Amino acid sequence: MDFLYKPWPWYVAGPCIGLTVPLLLWIGNKRLGISATFRQICAACVPAAIPLFTYDWKKESWNLLFALGLVAGGFLGGVVFRNPDPVNISAQTVAYLQSKNVPHEPGLLPPALFNFNQLATVKGLLLLVVGGIMVGFGTRYARGCTSGHGILGLSALQWPSLLATACFFAGGIIFSALVLPWILSL
Amino acid sequence: MKKLAFVLAGAFFGLALAKGEAISWYRMQEMFRFEGFHMFGIFMTAIPTGALGIFLLQKFKINTWQGEPVHRPEKVYHHGIVIGSFIFGFGWALTGACPGPLYVQIGSGFWVAAVVLLAALFGTWLYGRFQKYLPD
Repeated sequence: MDFLYKPWPWYVAGPCIGLTVPLLLWIGNKRLGISATFRQICAACVPAAIPLFTYDWKKESWNLLFALGLVAGGFLGGVVFRNPDPVNISAQTVAYLQSKNVPHEPGLLPPALFNFNQLATVKGLLLLVVGGIMVGFGTRYARGCTSGHGILGLSALQWPSLLATACFFAGGIIFSALVLPWILSL
Repeated sequence: MKKLAFVLAGAFFGLALAKGEAISWYRMQEMFRFEGFHMFGIFMTAIPTGALGIFLLQKFKINTWQGEPVHRPEKVYHHGIVIGSFIFGFGWALTGACPGPLYVQIGSGFWVAAVVLLAALFGTWLYGRFQKYLPD
């Protein structure tokens, strides 16, 4: 039963991720997309008379159920069938991260960066809080994230989604090359 | 029944993201530095699978459970597609997470991802608050 704990290769994980697109359309004409749940939660909790958040969010609450499923899937894949080995990234990336004092330890995220103590440091605040704000702000501005544009939009051959995905990657590549090495050195 | 189906679909998607290591900060660093094929392989197999699925649903006129015809999803251009996407790209490089993986990370036992999720909710709220001053 060792294989249950092993990570899935890209040619298994990729098709499973893609299969979710027709699955949701078949269940009820639902469009895969996660950043919409952020809007939903804002609308449910702090609408503050803001036009973007004043709509009948309960009508679209399927995506909150989907998000609940995501948490359950994470528990299955990351706790129950946890891979005991470090993520098998390339030796180059390991060396780069070690040069930035990020040890390559078991677990999907580096424990050195993803812990509550980091929130008391400038580096941690930039990575976790400022980064999180940019994820929420940017995806709503673009009206979609990696799932909504990158997977669903591209599967439906929508050119605006191709442009969005190109800009997601361009932003990530430029930032990783120019700014992130400096932040990791803090 | 349909509600349970959405939870199960989410669990399937979340399990694939977790076991495929698509929620891993390490994998995002590797991807953005072009030092490994794994994440590109995931995108390059996920998208054709989704496209084939939509094609087959339409080709064989397969209806939803409720018997409605399946609509091909459409996305409309607006300037936020470029501006917002760049801002998200920067945040993606920092957190190593897109919105979906944030939920999956919390389920995987990384409680600090809940702080990132709260920050993302705040970011979404900020966009809503200042939307009227920004180019669409």
